[in-house]
Amino acid sequence: MSTRQMGEKVQRREDPRLLTGNGRYLDDLGRGALQAAFVRSPHAHARIVDIDIADAWELDGVEAIYTWEDLPGRVAEPLPVLIPHPAMTHARTGYCLARDEVNHVGEAVVMVVARDRYVAEDACARITVQYDTLPAVVGVAGARDGDRLVHDDVPGNVAANLRQEVGDVDSAMAGAPHTLTLELAIERSACMPMEGKGVFGRWDADDGSLRLYSSTQTSTGVRAAVAAKLDLPLAKVEVVTPDVGGGFGVKIVHPWPEEVLVPWAARNLGRDVKWTEDRREHFVSSAHERGQLQEVTVGFDDDGRLLALDVRFWHDNGAYTPYGIIVPIITATQLLGPYKPGAYRVEFWSLYTNTVLVTPYRGAGRPQGCYAMERTMDAIAEHRGLDRAEVRSRNFIQPDEMPWDHGLMFQDGRPLKYDSGDFPASLAKLKALVGWDDFAAYREQAEREGRRVGLGIGCYVEGTGVGPYEGGHVQVETSGRVNVATGLTTQGQGHQTILAQIVADELGVPFDDVHVTTGDTRRMAYAVGTFASRGAVMSGNAVALAARVVRAKALRIAAEALEVSPDDLEIADGVVSVKGAPGTSIALKTVAVMSNPLRYAFDESAAAATQFAGTFDPDTPPVGDDDEPGLEGQDFYSPTQATFANGMHAAVVETDPVTAEIRILRYCVVHDCGVMVNPMIVEGQVHGGVAQGVGGALYERMLYDEGGQLLNASFMDFLMPYASEVPHIETDHLETPSPLNPLGIKGAGEAGTIPVSAVIASAIEDAEGFPIRSMPISPADLWELRRRHAASDPDPVPAQEGPR
Amino acid sequence: MSQFAAEPLLDITVRVNGIRRTAAAPARRLLSDFLRHDLGLTGTHVGCEHGVCGACTVLVDGEPARACLMFAVTAQAHDVTTVEGIGHDPADLDPVQQAFVECHALQCGFCTPGFVTTISAYLDEHPDPSADEAREAISGNLCRCTGYQNIVAAVLRAAELRREREGTA
Repeated sequence: MSTRQMGEKVQRREDPRLLTGNGRYLDDLGRGALQAAFVRSPHAHARIVDIDIADAWELDGVEAIYTWEDLPGRVAEPLPVLIPHPAMTHARTGYCLARDEVNHVGEAVVMVVARDRYVAEDACARITVQYDTLPAVVGVAGARDGDRLVHDDVPGNVAANLRQEVGDVDSAMAGAPHTLTLELAIERSACMPMEGKGVFGRWDADDGSLRLYSSTQTSTGVRAAVAAKLDLPLAKVEVVTPDVGGGFGVKIVHPWPEEVLVPWAARNLGRDVKWTEDRREHFVSSAHERGQLQEVTVGFDDDGRLLALDVRFWHDNGAYTPYGIIVPIITATQLLGPYKPGAYRVEFWSLYTNTVLVTPYRGAGRPQGCYAMERTMDAIAEHRGLDRAEVRSRNFIQPDEMPWDHGLMFQDGRPLKYDSGDFPASLAKLKALVGWDDFAAYREQAEREGRRVGLGIGCYVEGTGVGPYEGGHVQVETSGRVNVATGLTTQGQGHQTILAQIVADELGVPFDDVHVTTGDTRRMAYAVGTFASRGAVMSGNAVALAARVVRAKALRIAAEALEVSPDDLEIADGVVSVKGAPGTSIALKTVAVMSNPLRYAFDESAAAATQFAGTFDPDTPPVGDDDEPGLEGQDFYSPTQATFANGMHAAVVETDPVTAEIRILRYCVVHDCGVMVNPMIVEGQVHGGVAQGVGGALYERMLYDEGGQLLNASFMDFLMPYASEVPHIETDHLETPSPLNPLGIKGAGEAGTIPVSAVIASAIEDAEGFPIRSMPISPADLWELRRRHAASDPDPVPAQEGPR
Repeated sequence: MSQFAAEPLLDITVRVNGIRRTAAAPARRLLSDFLRHDLGLTGTHVGCEHGVCGACTVLVDGEPARACLMFAVTAQAHDVTTVEGIGHDPADLDPVQQAFVECHALQCGFCTPGFVTTISAYLDEHPDPSADEAREAISGNLCRCTGYQNIVAAVLRAAELRREREGTA
């Protein structure tokens, strides 16, 4: 009997290849291809007056130089608005190469294709672009003022304004015994995958077809977008996603200008063309996230129970809105976390600034939402002198209230309805893990030693596994090898392992026989992409359903051969046997032979399926009317709504009384993503997420000056945590299966990141005794806050009691 | 005819993974690009090109060095070890590589070769590190996926595997 794979800490099959230099990332492909480089705008806001490329052409090895005027047809048109929304009244996107105007530093203006990247960059340096500079709009506050405009035809810099309300907030607020207003700020960070973006295009002139390799999170999306832009039949475009060195959101955007320009140039030049983003390009021309100013007004009773919640926030969407307003919609809805808000009203304004565009980054708007809600919970507890965990507990949605419908519309246009979860049980686990009730004693002990420590907490619910669908294809070869394909891409989440685990169990074959392909449009042309913690939920269930199709077919064929009912058969270890009579069996690979009647014998197993082998009924066709050759099947999983994972984090921090250095002493996570396919991989996702959250809480911020120059566009200056900055993470899990899908899975990809800024703010506030209202926080920030509070010079954004 | 003369190419010879390799490249060719694009050893990855992330770490005469901060010409007369030189057969992993599999110490795998080379050199000097020392040893390399915890565990496990293999050798 085979060992069940689901739920086991199976070691990853991706690893040996990646560990030995046998990985194939984008820049490892296309040896000998021509290389592209870009002249990018040095100004945040300017009109292009003139471009002089003459000097660049003089360089040996330059093959092509393109400006906007060289672009034909749809290549010259603005990039698409990928996710339109009715509230987005002023969507704006850029061009593949800037047309008349640039709207952020780093916007591509000229493309050079040359023998190698060195020459291409030399050529870029010889191109002179004359600009007429315009005033730049930087930061949410600057955009909100509206006295300077990013786009002349967008009043107030407002791309979108959306309001949702459940219940009567005004009367609930008026009737609340207590109200508080919090002004909150959170700054920009960025995904920063270790591998930047990259595109490699190969045009086959004889076949009129394009093969495109891209370091993307959506190969089918890139395929459709590029086919449309280049006016090619979809059938003539293949997109392959090789090994991808991390994504975290930024690689879901498509098409990036380079994804259009590189294949276009390849077709133009009849040569392979490649572009590999360098780190500076990634900082100034890819995407950022997180920047928001928030205003929360909350009404509550003596016990700290929410009666009304009124939230307004201003979201910095950067210069363009290709990915719509997914990020602020998620903030607006996921802000509610595990709590019942009473009446709830939320309104946001998504604002243009002359900075790099904003698209989802791991957590995608949720870290900001969680931060707003959890800062509010702490403020309520402080105001009422209550235990912070207790205030949270009193506001929880209870397990017997699931499914819980908030009455709001989520990011996928469907109801914000939680499918499952047990928040009291999660909180109990977290309190036990971190030693919540013993902390007061620890703090006293630390104080006696002259140390200042604080405990912080943060709870969240994460909408995961959004639709519309993913597909799975499963095929059993006559060798017994099982090929599984899903169109969803992978960037290190271990999909090749977990999907093989699922199929091995569903089909009844050894794990080692199952081989998974992801993100290759040649193998699965229908897919959405990897984002929103949807890989295991969507493709996991899709490959399970496809495996069930194959299993049913295998049982039908084997039942005919063994002259028994399919109901009497089982499959284990790749063998179909009669239940209770293991001697009567047939190997699955033999069933594969039988499934496909052949004319030609090309090997031994094929010989067994040819027309003169074995017995057959001459009165029936070799393939029945309602049948197809081959032991393979395909199915799709498409849910009615997202699943909702949840979790709770707690941290102990120490703040140095003199230097204000902030150290995380302990970090504890309780996590519930439903049924875990591979707990080892789930934990790895949590660890990585927390590390990114720690970066966002303490180090990462995009430092723009007033002119829109990004002052810290390098790893020397934009600080990401090393091993020395990330604490050991203690984890515990709860599994409340999702009732929405056959496997009971909820997603786990982003969870670790969501509450970290809230938790660290909570812990620092607990250590210092004054409110923390702006994140990230550096030692210098903390030092300044201490100075202001000591001088009774209140924080610029304190909580305020009383009527609005 | 171009106004600028073609860049002169030099025959650059570097001993890589024990084998003398020669390719024609300009004097300004970075060692990372030379290894990857001229010699086809793509296991050495480039994450930042300014010496901060450590993804391109190779061993030069046994010492970790950023291949993106060296010119290929300056690596002549030195021994360079890339991740392929630590172990290139997925079916026959070096102890550090094996420990990474066992401890789930990689996700996307892009930074991983730089960790493998760094840790290999570290364990040569410090065969029995503590957890704190292991963390310190890897604190010059950036990883965006794993949160480092499992990489720390892999350093300790690799030390164990090395001792086991030495014991049975």
